[in-house]
This record gives sequence, C-alpha cells and structure tokens, in this order.
Amino acid sequence: MRILLIALALGFFALFVFLPLVVVFVEALQQGIAGFIAAIVEPDVLSAVRLTLIAAAISVAANLVVGVAAAWAIAKFDFVGKSLLITLIDLPFSVSPVVAGLVYVLLFGAQGYFGSFLQAHGITIVFALPGIVLATIFVTFPFVARELIPLMQAQGRGDEEAALSLGASGFKTFVLVTLPNVKWALLYGVLLCNARAMGEFGAVAVVSGKIRGQTNTMPLQVEILYNEYAFTAAFAVASMLALLALVTLALKTFLEWRFDDEIRASNGH
Amino acid sequence: MDISIRNVRKEFDRYPALHDVSLDIRSGELIALLGPSGSGKTTLLRLIAGLEYPSEGAIYFGDEDASDRSVGERNVGFVFQHYALFKHMTIGANIAFGLKVRPHDRRPPRVEIARKVSELLNLVHLPGLERRFPSQLSGGQRQRVALARALAIEPRVLLLDEPFGALDAQVRRDLRRWLREVHDQTGHTTVFVTHDQEEALELADRVVVMSQGRIEQIGSADDVYDRPSSPFVFSFIGESSELPVSVRGGQVFYGDAALSVTANSGIEGTARLFLRPHDIEIVHDGDGAIAGKVTASHRDGGLRRLDVVTSGGHRIEVTLPAAQCPDIAGDVYLSPSRGQVYPAGADGKAG
Amino acid sequence: MAASINTLRLRQPSVIPGFGLALGLTLTYLLLIVLIPIGALIMRSSALGWSDFLKLVLDPRVVASLKTSFGCSLLAAAVNIVFGPLLAWVLVRYRFPGRTIVDAMIDLPFALPTAVAGIALTTLYAPNEWFGPVLEKVGIKIAFAPAGIVVALVFIGLPFVVRTVQPVLADLENELEEAAATLGANRLQTVLHVILPPLVPAILTGFALALARAIGEYGSVIFIAGNLPFVSEIAPLLIVVRLEEFNYAAATGIATVMLVISFAMLLIINLLQAWSRRRLGYGG
Repeated sequence: MRILLIALALGFFALFVFLPLVVVFVEALQQGIAGFIAAIVEPDVLSAVRLTLIAAAISVAANLVVGVAAAWAIAKFDFVGKSLLITLIDLPFSVSPVVAGLVYVLLFGAQGYFGSFLQAHGITIVFALPGIVLATIFVTFPFVARELIPLMQAQGRGDEEAALSLGASGFKTFVLVTLPNVKWALLYGVLLCNARAMGEFGAVAVVSGKIRGQTNTMPLQVEILYNEYAFTAAFAVASMLALLALVTLALKTFLEWRFDDEIRASNGH
Repeated sequence: MDISIRNVRKEFDRYPALHDVSLDIRSGELIALLGPSGSGKTTLLRLIAGLEYPSEGAIYFGDEDASDRSVGERNVGFVFQHYALFKHMTIGANIAFGLKVRPHDRRPPRVEIARKVSELLNLVHLPGLERRFPSQLSGGQRQRVALARALAIEPRVLLLDEPFGALDAQVRRDLRRWLREVHDQTGHTTVFVTHDQEEALELADRVVVMSQGRIEQIGSADDVYDRPSSPFVFSFIGESSELPVSVRGGQVFYGDAALSVTANSGIEGTARLFLRPHDIEIVHDGDGAIAGKVTASHRDGGLRRLDVVTSGGHRIEVTLPAAQCPDIAGDVYLSPSRGQVYPAGADGKAG
Repeated sequence: MAASINTLRLRQPSVIPGFGLALGLTLTYLLLIVLIPIGALIMRSSALGWSDFLKLVLDPRVVASLKTSFGCSLLAAAVNIVFGPLLAWVLVRYRFPGRTIVDAMIDLPFALPTAVAGIALTTLYAPNEWFGPVLEKVGIKIAFAPAGIVVALVFIGLPFVVRTVQPVLADLENELEEAAATLGANRLQTVLHVILPPLVPAILTGFALALARAIGEYGSVIFIAGNLPFVSEIAPLLIVVRLEEFNYAAATGIATVMLVISFAMLLIINLLQAWSRRRLGYGG
C-alpha cells in the first residue's frame, strides 16, 4: 500500500513537475554548450537580461520598502479597517496578470486616461520601462508584506516597547530591534518577490509592446524566440530563468530549514 | 521619586479599563498592584511607564506633570512579563542597549558602559555572562537580565509587570527574596504587578488591591489581610468562607444562633459574614455556635483542614493545628472567634 | 490639561511611533499601484453602458473563451485535489530517498516563470516531440487542444493544494489513528472518518486558490493551448487579442468580467480560510 501510494504520488510529480524542468535543460543543450552560449550572447538576449534585472531591482526595492511599512502599520497598531487593508494587499494575487497589464494601458496608453497628457509632455510609460516596472510591481506587491505580517503580529509589541522604555528613538528601535527580528523572513519575502518579478510574463507582455532589444524582458524574449521556431535559443534563455527558479527554491529551502521559527509566525502558515 | 496618580481614567475602544484611579507612591517604596486578570493593574502600570496614555487625569513624577512625556522621556525601568529580551543581542548588549542608544553627548564612553554592564551582572548574581545569548539562559536568569537592563539606565522608578509569572514555584520564591534585596540595596521606588496575593503580601511595603478597574484598598499586608475593606478584598486575599447572617442591634445571628463576632455600627438587617478558616473554633456546646457536619477532612502539613456543611446548607472551611485536633467526623459545632460583616448590598467576590 | 491629553491621543494611539508614516505610505502606494488602475478599468467599462457592455461580453467567442477558462480550471483543480493531498500525505508520512528534494520542488510552479513552463510543457506533449509519438499512437491529443490547457493548469495549481494541506496533515497526530484503531476502525474507516474530515477545509481552500490562479493564468497556457477560437482560446488570451486589434472596449469588457470573478474568488477564499481557522486553528 505504502509503496503504491509513494509510486503514484512520485509518478504524478515526475510527470507534471520534474519532467518539464528536465525538458528545459535538455532542449537548451540540444546543440551543445557552444550552441547554448551562442544563443545567450545575442545582443537582443543580453538587452533582455539587462532590462529584466533593472525592472526586477526597482520593483523589488519598492515592494520591500512598502511591504515593511505595511507590515509595521498592520502588525504593531490597531486601527479600523485593518482586515480590509490586508485583503487589498492580497488583491494582486487573484487578479489575472493580463488584467494587471491592461489597467496600465487604460491609464497611460495612447487611448488611456492620461494618454494625451503624457504625450504632450513627452513621457512614455506604456511600451517602455516605466510600464514594465509598474506592471511588475502590481503583480509582486503582496510577497514581502504577506511574509512579514503574520510574523510581526506574532512577535507583538513587547520588544519595541522595551527599546522605547530604555530611551531608544523610534528609528533606532526599528533598526536595532525590529529589523533584526524579521531579517530572515524579509530575505525570504524578497527572494520570492524577485523570482516572480524576473519571471512575470502576462502583465509585462501587455504593457511592454515587445520591441526587440528595447522592451523585451527575458520571458518575452523566450516567447519571441519560441514563436520564431528558434527552439534551442528559446530554451537557452528559458534555462537561465529555470536556474534562477532552482536557486530561489534552494535558498528558500535552506532558509526554511535553518531559520524556520524566525520566518514563520507559527505552524499552519 | 514620588509618583502621584490623579483621577486617571483609561478607555480602550470605549471599554473602560480604569475608572478614576488615584494613588500616591512615596519615594523608595515597594508597591504591589494586586488583582485578578482584568482588574486594570497592568494598565495602571503601563500608564505610569508611559506605554499608554490616560484618557483623563494626570500622572506626576515628583512635582513634574509627566502625563504627556513619552516613555523614553520618563526614564522608567520597565521589566516586561515575558522579559522582552532582544534575542539577537548578547546579554551584555541587552544590558548596554539603553546606554548605547543615547544621543552622542549623553552617551557614556565604551569602557564606562562595559564596566556598568559587569557591575549590573554582579548585582543580579550573573557575573561573566556578557557573551551569552538570551536563549542560552533559564527563565529565572532571563528575568534577572531583564531587571539589570532596566536598571542600567538609572531609572527614576522601577516598574515590573508580573515579574515572576512565568517561573516555577521554587525559582519564584528565590527571586522574590532577591528582588527585595535589590530594592533595599538600590533604594528605587518600585511598583510591581501580580495576581499572586502571597507574593504581594510577602514583598510589598504597601499593597494596592484592584478589581474591575478600581482600587479596592491600599494598605500594608496586615491591613489588607486583617481589615479588608470589602467582601472582594476579603475573599481575594487569603482563604475565606461566607455565610448569610442577620444583624440586630449589633448582634450577629446565623439562623437562631447569636455569634460571638460583632458587626460595625450602621449595619442592620441581612448581611454577609466572612470568616478565615483559622478564626473558627470547634466547641462542644451548641449555644452561640453553628451546627454542621464534617464532610471531608484532610491533613495539610501542620494543619488539619475540615470541610463543614452547616445545618443551613452553607459550606465552611476550618483549619486547626493538627496536634490539637484528632481526625474528626460527624456532627460538630463551630464558633467563629473573628470575622467581618458586610452589608448585604456590598458587591464582590473574588474572580 | 485634559484638552492637551485628548489631542495627544488623537495623534498618538500607541507609544510606538511611525503609524502615520507607515500607513500613509502603504495607502498611497496601494491607491496608486492597485486601486486607481483597477478603478480606471471599472470606469472604462461603465462608460460603455449596459447594453454595449452586455453585447461585448455575451459575444459568442467571449462566452466560449470564458467557458474554456472556467471548465479547464475546474478540471485542473479537481485533478489537483486528488493528487495534491496524496503528495502531501506521502511527503508528511513516508520517508524515502529524495523526499527533501521533492518537497522543495513542489514550489517549482511558483518559482518557474510561466512562459518557461509553457514552452516546456508544449515540447513535452507536442506531436513529434517527447511524448508526442506515444500519445499519437494511442490517439490522445494533449498539446494544441483543451487537454493541454488542463495540463498546464494542473502544473500551476499543484503547489496551492499541497502547501495548504501539508501543514494540517503534519499536525494531525498519529495518536488519532491509533485511537481509531484501538476503537476497532479498519484502515479505510480511519481514513474516511478520522483523517479526511479535518483536511476538508484545507483541501477546499487549496482548491479555491488553485482555481483562482488558473482562471487568470496566461503564460503557461498560451503555448500549449493552440488558441483556436471557440475551442481552446482562454479569456485572458482573448483580452490580449482584442488589445492587439486596438479594440479597447472589448478588452475592457472581458477584463471587467475577469475582475469580478477575481473578487468573487477572493471573497470565497477569505471565507474558506476564516472557516478553516475557526474549525482547526489554521489559516491557508
């Protein structure tokens, strides 16, 4: 019975999770290491890598700051409408990425509410970096806050009150006491946020305009190469993203194993 | 530092936690705030510290109105119930924290801080533990580190929230004695919160008994034990039994029996009599005594404890020196030698 | 004096500083990034007027795409609530070589960019590729058919179910089963009456999370789906198609329907999580 259950579960896992990963690397190396490298050093690919890194860096930094602020407000204070705020923070998780991209086109696109104003002032948001960053921020907003809120709620206010009673300023209390208490959870949230930011496809596809060498992120480059039947090149770029996913999972597992009680508020989270 | 709490009221979301509380604490005094959970004792302590702000009223430190001073400005040493030690800092760093976060001009030099930390660790009997982390210490040791950390900032007043609440019985007793020693050595005005009456009576110069957001009585251990001002204080502090009685012309009757306890003047008609188990004697004569039946009897150290149900169906607990009292069963007559009579309307039962 | 304390209380509900700054920053950001953009979508679609809006969303191709999205998502979530709890059970209860790696890799669909998953799954099932010839021989068409959409959505939804069930299962004491056994229950009765009931809220929450994610999913689906209108075209793709035709009204109409579905799913998920917290002390 036990063997049967394990075999069934692992068979399903292999078919649906493991094999797709294997496919990525096997296809990427179809034409050997040289073919792989040749596909990567293409100028369009390098520019996509650069754009992905820039967009992810800005999005993660913005979501980090606001995520910490949101967790601070929600976990350390009592106010009316707190659960509504938590729901609103979670909202981007349940909105389709395509819809997330569309809303920015409706606001900032040529036909959008601010379209003519932006055009008059020579500002481009859609089909440019700002649009890509906005869409990425939208999609990855919840990660940091969501990771911190339950932990900081469970930690309570005792440490902060102690620091304040000892004469520490609000800023020193935050830096010397609060941040060290949540540092691993923060790293954990940033890791997940970053993985999602670099890999975001649907939302970015809608706002980017897919201009080669300019507004293509790595996932978009994968799509373009694939649709042009440049399969090896598509999988070569895809394999870099897959590697990022694997590194993220490895770090995540390590953090969970080493600092579990400092990441999770309690079991069942 | 004298502390004066004047007509303080505190509401949380319109739910009153303290009603019009006034209390004067004298410099150097060791005061216990005693009460059941929900009595407002911790709220009062946090108000003194500046961790909460009063809805109404004022708090004076000496002659200075400290009501809108922040907790950092009040210079109080606060020891939290669960210690709130910073777990990512060593013991030394925890104790030094309050000195290190001072602005540059008021921060002592590093050597001075190190000296102070080791001095405080000696005071709390934990010499040489600077490099350890809180997780490597026992509960009792953490409590002492928390106290050392609070003392490091040379506070004007020391405030402790259920300081021994999370510790086991033996450690509690040791720490209690030790806290008294530290208090006598340093001379700090000290206020601590507890729900343990034994702890309050043993340790404090004065005990403030609280219930439902109000102060019931302020007094020495003898005052609150021997002269409780309300049924609540009587039944919350020490063991007690309650009987419904009637008072006619100062004479107290339980049923037909005229008891030898007296009521304060002004009480007339139906009333409540509160008795301590050790203030009841067993007599052989039914005259002026309460008839009852022993339902259980057991030995408790040097005492024998009897559960008696009176002929009127009320339960009374009696303790007698075991040496004078053989194992008793069956019908007995009880004669209270001392007791307190409260008017029937007086509210309050412990709990 | 009393007045000054009162004003103080208005400004400072707690002694911990930074409330105004933190909440202000959060609300501003939320407003700018999430609420105003979503508001713009709703305004755009209300500007259409009811009859135009209905005409747009009741267009047969739109209805077909919504049906495809919903049907495939339900099917995929259904597959996952069979295999998800099974995987959770195997990971929690059994020790076997590679367990830690499998456990870590359950989150791969979270971490792997959807476009990567999309091309990998397509390559796995497309004709002439990995499984293609075998599937062709037995006459099953997966890639470029609705079945392919289900495969992609199973991949996407799996971690939601496993990760909501796993902690509940891990906390289920062995003693419960032993107690059931001492009371004379056989293995099947134990599973049905002792193990499964406490898992139901978690399984339902996982189902709802997987479903919500699947309905909106785009990247992993579009490569494998074949995207044949009325057959294998999902609603998010139709939004993109309309947008590329500069048909903003149609795109907005479909997006509004999707948004309403998102809100409904969010509400359901919150209710399910509240229910499972009440029942068992677990959130999702």
